[in-house]
Amino acid sequence: MPLFDIFFYLFAAAIVASAAVVCFSRNIVHAAFSLLFTFFGIAGIYVLLAADFLAISQVLIYVGGILVLIVFGVMLTNRVTNIDLRSALKSRIPALVICLALLCLLGSFLVEGHWMKFDQMPWSRSPWNKDAIEQATHAVQGTPREILDHQGSQGTAMALGTLLLTDYLLPFELVSVVLLVALIGAAMIARKETFLLAKHNRPEGSR
Amino acid sequence: MTAIYQALYEFISRFFSPSIITLVVTTLVYAAIPLVFILVYGLVAILGEMKISAWLQDRLGPMRTGPKGILQPIADILKLLQKEDTTPRAADRPLYRLAPWVAFIGSYAAFAALPFSVAYIGARLNTGIFYILSMGSLVVVSILLAGWGSDNKYSMIGAMRSVAQIISYEIPVALAVITVVVIAGSMDLQTITDLQAGGINNWFLLGGPKHLEGFGGSTNFVLVPVMLVAFAIYFIGSLAETNRVPFDVPEAESELVAGYHTEYSGMKFALFFLSEYASMFAVGSVASILFLGGWQSPLGDTMNGPAMGFLWFILKGLSFVFAQIWIRWTLPRFRVDQVMRICWKVLIPFGLTAVAAASVIAVAIQ
Repeated sequence: MPLFDIFFYLFAAAIVASAAVVCFSRNIVHAAFSLLFTFFGIAGIYVLLAADFLAISQVLIYVGGILVLIVFGVMLTNRVTNIDLRSALKSRIPALVICLALLCLLGSFLVEGHWMKFDQMPWSRSPWNKDAIEQATHAVQGTPREILDHQGSQGTAMALGTLLLTDYLLPFELVSVVLLVALIGAAMIARKETFLLAKHNRPEGSR
Repeated sequence: MTAIYQALYEFISRFFSPSIITLVVTTLVYAAIPLVFILVYGLVAILGEMKISAWLQDRLGPMRTGPKGILQPIADILKLLQKEDTTPRAADRPLYRLAPWVAFIGSYAAFAALPFSVAYIGARLNTGIFYILSMGSLVVVSILLAGWGSDNKYSMIGAMRSVAQIISYEIPVALAVITVVVIAGSMDLQTITDLQAGGINNWFLLGGPKHLEGFGGSTNFVLVPVMLVAFAIYFIGSLAETNRVPFDVPEAESELVAGYHTEYSGMKFALFFLSEYASMFAVGSVASILFLGGWQSPLGDTMNGPAMGFLWFILKGLSFVFAQIWIRWTLPRFRVDQVMRICWKVLIPFGLTAVAAASVIAVAIQ
């Protein structure tokens, strides 16, 4: 499985390097755009872990939604209003405490988690596993591409959908309510000023 | 030559097993096919844009280069390659240089999941259509990169308009796609195409397969109005997502010079240009896969098959490109507020209704 390893380390290196830029770059726009590579690297790791739906959701939501909104926010405040936004070190001690706590939490997962061995993973029937390819070459006649198609994992979309609408229905609905509240709140805040402005600017005698 | 290949093969096979080498080589060849297609199609589309616009305006278009001017795109590309590659002094250089590549990668990556024929699909993903939608977000990021990196107020305003427009129109487009996915029960584009086998009356635009179990048989014609609405939403939304007229406020020449790619020249501009044309074909072919049977022949089994599949697929995709060019040279441009109003007050309510109606009907008839 050298190919699997090569791709894993490629993605891991991309994540670590771009995350370092996010943390250490003083230019806030560079930091924001560098998130692009972090998000893509994580999506790549998801693909290697056979979580196809999760990987694509990662790209769609984080790159297409969150990254764009972050950059959009920075652009609107920075260039348009001529405020020079720079990232700086602030409140070091709380940050240190939170980061250490998070590190301990992740470390405990690392130590106590029940990790799957490579050959237990769904992907072990995958093109990355050369034994599986050779087995399949004997089982299915055809080009490697046909074998690849034949072997394609069952996909996780259906299982995720079933779980979201049965076992995890309540958390799922709660999350959507939270998002709705945030949406309405954002609309309220955005409309408030124009509403006040319109009231203020209304000419005498109108209404 | 054979000896060199032999030596190379033996050298590589010391590190990897032969099946891995075959896999890597097939993957590279498979990945190169859409690239070659995009480059050739780009030439055809440039000529098409010039000639069709000329005919619509009662002109002749380019006539001097080659017979009837058909070599004009090659001349244009040679000119473009020779141009000086300028970078504004105040530009944010890394971002400025990155932008065209991100744009092209985003457009090219979408081609990976397009089934050109029963014999060729770059990657048959279970989540194919979802993957194509997600790759569109790379184009959004590239527009932001270009607008920011250029340090030009026109680029900046163009990029902000463009991004606001694209992220708004992603919603109706996704709703139209979901309408089809609900009926088809799959996000795999090859499966969606397979379901529409057997001629024009099995296309999802006309209600979906009539002969398969689980699709309501011939009663699924009640889906026709829903599908027509979804198709119209997808087509309008795809015009906006590719920044084509009448949704070209991001590059409105009369207001913003050229929008986000104002500062780009030479090869970098060519990449943006190619990316836009590749996206035009990609959205057109997605429309044809979802609603018009993809590579399936409209005549059922006649003229169907792996080779004819390529022909039908490219023909359907190109007819959408033709429609986009036709619209570009016929309609005026919307204002920014009109663009947003159409999206949020017209397309999204209709899209939500279409998804709800398709779900109810699917449960009722299946």
